[in-house]
Amino acid sequence: MSETRRITYRDAIREALSEALTKDERVFLMGEDVGRYGGAYACSKGLLEEFGEERIRDTPLSESGFTGAGIGAALAGMRPIIEVMTVNFSLLCLDQIVNNAATLRHMSGGQFSVPVVIRMATGAGRQLAAQHSHSLENWYAHVPGLRVLAPATVVDARGMLWSALECPDPVIIFEHAMLYNEEGDIASEGPWTADIDHAAVRRDGDDATLITYGGSLPKTLAAANSLAEDGISCDVIDLRSLRPLDRERIVASVVKTHRAVIVDEGWKTGSLAGEVSAQITESAFFDLDAPVERVCTAEAPIPYAQHLELAALPSEEKIVAAVRKALRI
Amino acid sequence: MGCVKRLRTAPFVGWALFSAAGSVNNPGMKLTKEQLLVNYRKMRMIRSFEEKLNELVNSGRLGGFLHLSIGQEAVAAGVCAHLSERDYVSTTHRGHGHCIAKGVRVKGMMAELFGRSTGLCKGKGGSMHIADMDQGMLGANGIVGAGIPLATGAALTCKLKKTGGVAVAFFGDGASNQGQFHEALNMASNWKLPALYVVENNGWGEFTPTEFVVPVRDIAVRADSYAMRSAIADGNDFFDVYEKAGEAIAAARAGEGPTLLECKTYRYMGHYVGDPLAYRPPGEVDRWKNEHDALTGFESRVKADGVIEDMELRRIDEEVVEELSAAVADAENDPVPAVEALYEDVYAKE
Ligand SMILES: Cc1ncc(C[n+]2csc(CCOP(=O)(O)OP(=O)(O)O)c2C)c(N)n1
Repeated sequence: MSETRRITYRDAIREALSEALTKDERVFLMGEDVGRYGGAYACSKGLLEEFGEERIRDTPLSESGFTGAGIGAALAGMRPIIEVMTVNFSLLCLDQIVNNAATLRHMSGGQFSVPVVIRMATGAGRQLAAQHSHSLENWYAHVPGLRVLAPATVVDARGMLWSALECPDPVIIFEHAMLYNEEGDIASEGPWTADIDHAAVRRDGDDATLITYGGSLPKTLAAANSLAEDGISCDVIDLRSLRPLDRERIVASVVKTHRAVIVDEGWKTGSLAGEVSAQITESAFFDLDAPVERVCTAEAPIPYAQHLELAALPSEEKIVAAVRKALRI
Repeated sequence: MGCVKRLRTAPFVGWALFSAAGSVNNPGMKLTKEQLLVNYRKMRMIRSFEEKLNELVNSGRLGGFLHLSIGQEAVAAGVCAHLSERDYVSTTHRGHGHCIAKGVRVKGMMAELFGRSTGLCKGKGGSMHIADMDQGMLGANGIVGAGIPLATGAALTCKLKKTGGVAVAFFGDGASNQGQFHEALNMASNWKLPALYVVENNGWGEFTPTEFVVPVRDIAVRADSYAMRSAIADGNDFFDVYEKAGEAIAAARAGEGPTLLECKTYRYMGHYVGDPLAYRPPGEVDRWKNEHDALTGFESRVKADGVIEDMELRRIDEEVVEELSAAVADAENDPVPAVEALYEDVYAKE
């Protein structure tokens, strides 16, 4: 790579928004507090001044209404970016996303395109308790007609938005709330588009495959580092796209390492980890030397007290323990 | 494009709606001295409780995400003065005041905020989910608007069981833009439920001024669409809230159906503790504090009426401070929940 510069995940999103608004007149941003305030996570700071009120639209607290309006605007020819403050509040617009955005192309016999991008923060870790700590990525990844992305790195946060806007179908982008302050290097010069069809191998190893996405990537890499100190080398796969899943890359790694551990902040029952596990057993069953392990969130609403919250979530220690279990050491 | 309106051009002065002589028909005299003292204590407790929380978070002794209602105390006290244990209340992320006004004990609240097993929710709910079934407190709620249908269902229960009880939903102006608000009001009016919907219009929804996202000045007019009674109260005037809530609750108990009561008020603090508050027009908060503070206003009224002496109020102030210090000390020493508590109360026990 030539020149690089260091920015935060938040900056990466802001740059990507600004670039998209500049490149395509049909793009506009809409959501609660996105304009005057610059976004609950400060991802749109300064955009109102740069692009004006028509294109940076503060909405009332009406998730179902403005998400539906975004879908309608996409139908009619715009390229809206909807910011739903967090996945928790997206439950109020789940109906619009699942019953309208996801189905319209198919139901209309291909008459409609819904090129909307819906961004939302996700995840736990800040003592916000049950209603503000959900990881419901898999609810969306369950639905045919949607594309679901989870940028885990600064580079992906910078690149995925434009790639999503170029996609003619509705794309949901999950930004884990604990990632906004993470820093990373990106190329000084564009283009910054990202591959949104494939998983990425974030670390190479032979003894086990660790599969994860989004906010769990840093924990998983930390676990892989500490295992490496004990001579255990892991492949770390960052799924990046949660729907569709990159089955080929997952399977190729498991065929190499013979062991798989999936790290997913969703609850274990009905989780994305469950789907990945099923794909591994469907496609690589005879290559496995141990049962697939899943490190997920405890099956309870996320509690308020800090030690309980930590106990509920995947952690470096839990990942290390799962790998050791898979290796029977 | 260059001149985007970032801030409101004039400060939000919700009380300007009420002429100086307007709202107060000397209703203070309908309250006994005891009642006045009880309500002063509640308002003082709400303010001191939250000032304490602010201090605890800023000094790093308390975590979580707290929303303070300092400035809005008269709404909670004025409405809840008409309620008893058979009545229900639902509230929001900004709900400490409603809890205290409804009779929830600060000791259990403080322990909850410290995440202790002695907390009202055993340390699992925290500020945004504080609840106390014994007091008919159906809970704070982290989802804006979500408490409104809950109170509606509680009101339906009061009606079906003929308990004579009422249910009150407290929520912000922002919540009145949610579908849930409109759906609930429609049902409540259609079913003539014993409910009161109290919208605390504090001029802000998080960091965005209300008038930037709502085309009507008064949220109260939204009741018209549902053929529901409405009223507007000066939310920083305890007596005005007390009177208008009293009429609405009496009507609800008499089977005349629900009311939407809009209280014009203001939050002194940020949206959450730690909010740097860069978005507020200069002078706005000071005008409220200096010219229209709920506690100062209450105090000068009762003193002017000659019912209560300064000493009596100051004694309450001291008692409140003592009670809070004890609550903090207890909470800090109380045990934290065992890790197994994580899996308890997910379902009812067999
Ligand atoms: C459904 C939903 N959307 C967004 C949020 C984030 N949020 C929390 S409080 C708030 C503003 C609420 O404004 P208002 O109802 O006026 O109450 P206030 O904070 O002024 O008391 C927002 C947007 C949320 N908690 N729930």
